[in-house]
Amino acid sequence: MLGRQRIKQITERILARSTADQTEVMIQTYDGALTRFANSVIHQNVAETDSTVSIRAVLRDPAGGGAKIGVAGTNNLDEPALFRTLEAALAIARRQSPNPDFKSLPGPQSIKEVAAYCDATAGCTPEARARGAGAICLLARDAGVVASGALSTAAVELTVSNTLGAFAYHRATQADINTVIMSDTSAGYAAAFSLDVRDLDFEAIGREAAAKCLKSQNPKPLEPGEYTVILEPYAVQDFLHMMTWTGFGAVSLQEGRSFMAGKIGQQIVDTRVSIWDDGLNPDGMPIPFDFEGVPKQRVDLIRDGVARGVVYDSYAAGKEEGKASTGHALPAPNPMGPMPLNLFFAGGDTSLEEMIRGTERGIYVTRFHYTRPVDPMRVVITGMTRDGTFLVEQGEITYPVRNLRFTQSYLDALNHLDGISRASRLLTGMGGIACDRVPALKMHQFRFTGATEF
Amino acid sequence: MKTLTDRALDLAQVQGASYADIRVVRRLTQNITVKNGIVEALSDDESQGIGVRVVVDGAWGFASSSVLSPEQVDHVTALAVQIARASALFKVRDVRMGPPVRHTGTYRTAVQIDPWSVSLDDKISLLLQANQALRMSPGVRVASSSLAFWREEKTFANSEGAYLEQTIVESGGGIEAIAVDKQRGEVQKRSYPNSFARDQRTEGWEGILAMDLPGNAPRIGEEAVALLSADPCPSGVTTLILGPTQLALQIHESCGHPIELDRVFGTEASYAGTSFLTPEKYRAFRYGSEAVNLTADATLPGGLGTFGWDDEGVAAQRVPIVRDGLFCGYLTSRETAQQLREIVGPEAPEASGGAMRADGWNRIPIIRMTNVSLEPGDWLFDDLVADTDDGIYMELNKSWSIDDKRLNFQFGTEIAYEIKGGRMGRMLKNATYTGMTPRFWGSCDAICNASHWRVWGTPNCGKGQPGQTAHTGHGAAPARFRNVQVGLLK
Repeated sequence: MLGRQRIKQITERILARSTADQTEVMIQTYDGALTRFANSVIHQNVAETDSTVSIRAVLRDPAGGGAKIGVAGTNNLDEPALFRTLEAALAIARRQSPNPDFKSLPGPQSIKEVAAYCDATAGCTPEARARGAGAICLLARDAGVVASGALSTAAVELTVSNTLGAFAYHRATQADINTVIMSDTSAGYAAAFSLDVRDLDFEAIGREAAAKCLKSQNPKPLEPGEYTVILEPYAVQDFLHMMTWTGFGAVSLQEGRSFMAGKIGQQIVDTRVSIWDDGLNPDGMPIPFDFEGVPKQRVDLIRDGVARGVVYDSYAAGKEEGKASTGHALPAPNPMGPMPLNLFFAGGDTSLEEMIRGTERGIYVTRFHYTRPVDPMRVVITGMTRDGTFLVEQGEITYPVRNLRFTQSYLDALNHLDGISRASRLLTGMGGIACDRVPALKMHQFRFTGATEF
Repeated sequence: MKTLTDRALDLAQVQGASYADIRVVRRLTQNITVKNGIVEALSDDESQGIGVRVVVDGAWGFASSSVLSPEQVDHVTALAVQIARASALFKVRDVRMGPPVRHTGTYRTAVQIDPWSVSLDDKISLLLQANQALRMSPGVRVASSSLAFWREEKTFANSEGAYLEQTIVESGGGIEAIAVDKQRGEVQKRSYPNSFARDQRTEGWEGILAMDLPGNAPRIGEEAVALLSADPCPSGVTTLILGPTQLALQIHESCGHPIELDRVFGTEASYAGTSFLTPEKYRAFRYGSEAVNLTADATLPGGLGTFGWDDEGVAAQRVPIVRDGLFCGYLTSRETAQQLREIVGPEAPEASGGAMRADGWNRIPIIRMTNVSLEPGDWLFDDLVADTDDGIYMELNKSWSIDDKRLNFQFGTEIAYEIKGGRMGRMLKNATYTGMTPRFWGSCDAICNASHWRVWGTPNCGKGQPGQTAHTGHGAAPARFRNVQVGLLK
């Protein structure tokens, strides 16, 4: 951790020296460690300290408008290296062709401070991590099964500063545990995330995964076909990620390749579905601004089943009349465009137990594996079930089944909704840099198209 | 540099390490993307640092830092030792590394034109030219052209006496056209020369010139637009001929990953998964038909998995994986090679096959693919098509998914063509195929010859916690598979 003052000094030195029309400095620091276990022993145990500086230089194009932009980065914080990096960004910008769509870097804006830092997480020792991982390993050994997983703790800083006067600093901690517990014929999964490592109940996580593993032993084959499904939050989270990839960002909407294109204001899924992004909500992993230093806004993506909008960064917003950044820029340069990283799926009025009790015949899914879009415009996704898949009959889980492949439109699935759980889980989000809060779902006519041998 | 590496190795041993290694890595990357005639991204990045790996009390520890100072080397080494001691709290056996590794030497990727010697003006000009050519077809909504260059300079030293310096250079480039039918809400995509923005190889600027991006762009744009009105791929069981880039990914997913011995031993279970190729299958399992021969070759010129030594200091080598359809080899590390030998006996090699690779200074080496390739057969492509009465040709990956033991897979491709009466027929869109790995490879009855074979790059292979991205290579020529389920979209 460099700290706010040292970072401010670094950014001021770079900005003062820059000859660009506009200059942005983004600094990210990472001080973290990860203890990984498999076969119920710690087999990989690592630590990393890194600080990266990214400089974006903007040169106005006097001839045709627009701007020429260069980006250079380094993790060498020596002053000569920082100035070399600035020169590299300037040199790139000079050789660039002008971008007529670029309007400006964002100006200074009021940033709301959010509490996201915990000393206990930042100071977590290798011994403490080993005890956390060890608790799960010992629990698995006692149950006659084997545990694998990873426990990570990290302290991070993000700073964005530019020559228009913007300066935004945020520090946060992250503690993450996930485990797969396996027998010869089965597996069970559990995971949890918190800003405070003391919130993570390692034994509870271990018990959840071990119970699932023991319950799913000797799975039976099941014919693929259309089934009612009950999806745990681990599986539901994939809906958020795939909808993000295929359409929650402004660039895909502007290019007409988002499933939201031409549908804003229209009902696209069941009226009980509401999905939004909220970087300031303390129920998630709050981060007050994006990678351009623009304050995070809550954005309703789908509300009561109706497509409401997508997220913007300053570049994408500049392409549309009257649009402003919603605070969802990713690090520059980023041709992919803005993305929502703090997603929430509204809870409902039922529970997993009630969903099972109300199911005549269906499949209970713990999580999905290796999902990929097949048809982005309909959000058709293929993937596998993993780590605990069961048949539900007459309101009860009757037996474990071998994992199945699905090929299913997530939009269609959200139109076949039977229930949403009240309870939700906070799970590490896309790329591990944010979090999502997701409930469990029940839906009918979910299409399984294949099966594997375990 | 040796002063710095000696300092870490000495300190680690003083503090109780029975083994230590250090890597000092500096990585330069350059990425340029042109989208619809505008240079949307142009960046140069540098990342440098040290990573120290130790065995203390029979357990592993690793620590890393971006600061290259003697004080930080001391701190990182001491932290690695502390972490290893914490690991030892829950060990059940000591780490066994096998024969010592004591190589010394230097290695550099052979390049004709250093990509860093080529001006930005030339690079941008090439991309703008290709981008304009993509947009010659009026229906192209998004035209992208991109280049990526990579140089990694790394020094490896271990407490057994190894000291190695390597410079790896990679060049990648590609074009992509997206056509959109707003009325029907349909999107189609074509890429060249490979999916997902680029093909990449260990070579210089000469590799980019050989791609002839501007020359291929008009065809790619036209095909993207034509796909909008093409017939959808029918469903059914049929004969499938895979083009080389799709076959390269098929090899990557259904052969490359399941032969990683760390997956086999369960040490990737919590993330990527395990493998169906369990040790009792070693030299005793029919993986594919007799036509199928697969190798892992880290010496292959141009491959993204080509180097002098791996990140444990083990020399690059060519390892047979499948011979005449029989499974006969794994990708191994020093430690897993010992474990395999303990299980299957002396028929397993005593030394590592040299497949430990780390994604930079801040990651530990884990088992990664080198260049896992399907060896060429003896067919000419035209003869193969002429010999196929009824089937589908699929090329260039669009979607990919496989289960966590690498058995059940489903792939989608950008483009497909019907084959009828030994001739290529109408274009087909939204093509998918699915299968089970050994059955699929068992159905392979023809592979094209060396004139159709080349090594393709996969620069985006994810694995490990914390996540690592590996650059792997896959040699392939078109091949034919019988009785394959195709077309699952509804």
